[in-house]
Amino acid sequence: MSLLEVRDLAVSYDARRAVEGISLTVEPGEMVAVVGESGSGKTTTAHAIIGLLPPNATLDGGQILLGGTDLATWSDRRMESIRGAQIGLIPQDPSNSLNPVKTVGAQIGEVLRIHKRGDRRTISRRVVDLLTRVGLPDPETRARQYPHELSGGMRQRVLIAIAIALEPRLIIADEPTSALDVTVQRRILDLIDDLRAEFGTAVLLVTHDLGIAANRSDRLVVMKDGRIEEQGPSSQVLSAPQAAYTGQLLRDAPALSVREFRAVDEAVDETVTQEPAIVVRDLVKEFRVGRRPFRAVDGVSFDVRPGTTHALVGESGSGKTTTARMVVRFAEPTSGTVTIAGAGTGRDFRRHVQLVYQNPYGSLDPRQSVAAIVAEPLRNFRLGDRAARRTRVRDLMERVALPESLLERGPRELSGGQRQRVAIARALAVDPAVVVLDEAVSALDVTVQAQILDLLEELQRDLGLTYLFISHDLAVVRQISHTVSVMNKGRIVEFGTTQRVFTDPRHDYTRELLAAIPEPVL
Amino acid sequence: MTRYVLRRVGQAALVLWAAFTAGYVLLWLLPGDSILIKFQNPELGLSPQQISEIRAYYGGGDPPLVGYLHTLLGFLRGGFGYSIDTGTPVVERLAEALPETAKLATAGFALAVLIAVVIAFAAGYSRTSWLRGALLAVPSLFISVPAFWLGILLIQVFSFRLGLVPVIGGSPAQQLILPVLTLAVPISAPIAQVLARGIDQVYTQPFVPVVAAKGASRRWILWRHVARNAVLPALTVAGMTFGELIAGSVVTETVFGRNGVGRLTEQAVNAQDTPVMLAVVVLASTVFVLVNLAVDLLFPVLDPRLKAAA
Repeated sequence: MSLLEVRDLAVSYDARRAVEGISLTVEPGEMVAVVGESGSGKTTTAHAIIGLLPPNATLDGGQILLGGTDLATWSDRRMESIRGAQIGLIPQDPSNSLNPVKTVGAQIGEVLRIHKRGDRRTISRRVVDLLTRVGLPDPETRARQYPHELSGGMRQRVLIAIAIALEPRLIIADEPTSALDVTVQRRILDLIDDLRAEFGTAVLLVTHDLGIAANRSDRLVVMKDGRIEEQGPSSQVLSAPQAAYTGQLLRDAPALSVREFRAVDEAVDETVTQEPAIVVRDLVKEFRVGRRPFRAVDGVSFDVRPGTTHALVGESGSGKTTTARMVVRFAEPTSGTVTIAGAGTGRDFRRHVQLVYQNPYGSLDPRQSVAAIVAEPLRNFRLGDRAARRTRVRDLMERVALPESLLERGPRELSGGQRQRVAIARALAVDPAVVVLDEAVSALDVTVQAQILDLLEELQRDLGLTYLFISHDLAVVRQISHTVSVMNKGRIVEFGTTQRVFTDPRHDYTRELLAAIPEPVL
Repeated sequence: MTRYVLRRVGQAALVLWAAFTAGYVLLWLLPGDSILIKFQNPELGLSPQQISEIRAYYGGGDPPLVGYLHTLLGFLRGGFGYSIDTGTPVVERLAEALPETAKLATAGFALAVLIAVVIAFAAGYSRTSWLRGALLAVPSLFISVPAFWLGILLIQVFSFRLGLVPVIGGSPAQQLILPVLTLAVPISAPIAQVLARGIDQVYTQPFVPVVAAKGASRRWILWRHVARNAVLPALTVAGMTFGELIAGSVVTETVFGRNGVGRLTEQAVNAQDTPVMLAVVVLASTVFVLVNLAVDLLFPVLDPRLKAAA
């Protein structure tokens, strides 16, 4: 008998179907990965299994058999005995998944208290054991600390400790590493693998990252629009995908595609000596944390040639975003200079240098129409009359391949990819020469990500744009950039052409970063 | 942490001084003349000469700055001067009125918090949407009720119709019931609203499903996780409303004929009794500043994230 068997599960939100009759099984000790893009129903499926669907969701039909018992018919009250004890959950975002006003130890001990496993002293001893087991140094101290005193990786370890505390038979891991840096990501996945081997726990891994799914799982379930497109042993699905959609996912996943590197000489005419579009020299930014100064950026220098893409790659806290903010003059350097060829001063600077942010939703005013958003820079700089601006907005929409029918809609009615296209159109409205892209594709699904990256390449070719591309994602950087600076702790540890850095890394930190990317499987 | 406390205490002292100064300036600018109001009555038969002597006795003849410094010094020593209306020391009149108002305000505030907590948590716990909607509509209703009207209504219903609470006489506790209710209802509204919104907001936090995934019941989640996070913004509002109680007690004490600070204020305003009014202003700001200082100092205790910032 399978440990978990889901039969014909159907879930809807406010009478709109999100999961449409899916069936899957998890055997004891097995890792099954459910892969899909946002809106595919993968998280809904996972939450239905543990009985934690939001209030506006209803279970329309199907069975959820855990060891032969159908949980779908159980009341919320009855499910309480299963949650934590038989099914554990490792949530997505470690930064908000712990109660900020309770100590880490109290939150691990809580699962033991709820299920009445031992008195106060036994529980506090078990908490320390668990913290040790998930690899946190100095567990006694950690247990007394609050979540905000731990790093993202440490918090995720705490959440894993909570999930394994009662040694459940099944753990649901919902995007357990997508909010973490690559090197931390690998260590967390290794830990989950070790624990699986040690306790024989089965894991249902929900992820958008095909690379992780391919590397870690025994079996793969590919979901799209609430249905299962394909499922089977991971190696088989990856080597011979049956569904067209799986093939597309494999092609679009940047970690798995083996594309040509973009070479600098293709983009630049070597016969003409051009001055660099961006020159950054000895850039330093200090922040005051309490009494001591903290150097977020510590002597950063690089040049970017016109018409090329330079990537700043690094993990969180590496100083890449602070550097980008100084380049676009949103932050004042403590010392050092940024020179952008041809850029004016004051407000005119913004006509030359534009920024596209990570979060395509947060950077668009929800009360304005798409037309108003794209036209705003034109209005600000008083460019053209009303009719000319309208024509310009139409041209821009065409440039970023958005239908004109979207012009009167609000950002809320657009998909993530469409929103990011609107943000790009807005950035291009005033004909800038330099565009700084701060994690511009990080929040997007792989297929959409691939489309936006293609769009960015095309725009660069047609308009001769210079990009400064900020990203934590090496696979994306490999695809889009001509040259790369690898940042760590405020410094550039390695600089070179993308091809050289990726094929012949010279710094240990670069090697560690590269080793953490899931291996290409094709 | 010590620096945080010292800075907050310093700020509190500064606010008090500013309130005193603003109060003094405003009262000094008022066009009325308390000495004339009291002594110009022809029956007293005082000559203008004698009135100006009385004025000098109360310090009215000093240049404004000297008067200000003189009064400030007096306040710092705990002497609030003499009431022009009754001629007794302001301290005595305050000492008489304060216990009554303190009883009323403390009980009213406690009841307001209780009402707010019951409304907000019942709404947070209820799963039926019409009940939730009904509960959340209650604060809006409460805030729209004028205190004088509510007071009169309560006397009508409970004392005259039902005869549950005596209008005159009755034990001190019985005399408190209706005024406390009158005071509590309007001030419970903003606390309930902020608390209910806080609870809703905490429920959307990703850590809530994680606690549920541990097998926690709805009650466990609400009381052990949501409550403590939701109480922080409500605490700020509660601190602010406590300060308003002094103002709120003017109407309530007048309606119920209680001799408290509110009543004293009303009398002092009618008689343009500047020393008493100034003392009331300083008293009200002291209560306000102290309560908010306590709230500020409580914050880092309830939310460990603020300890680092402090």
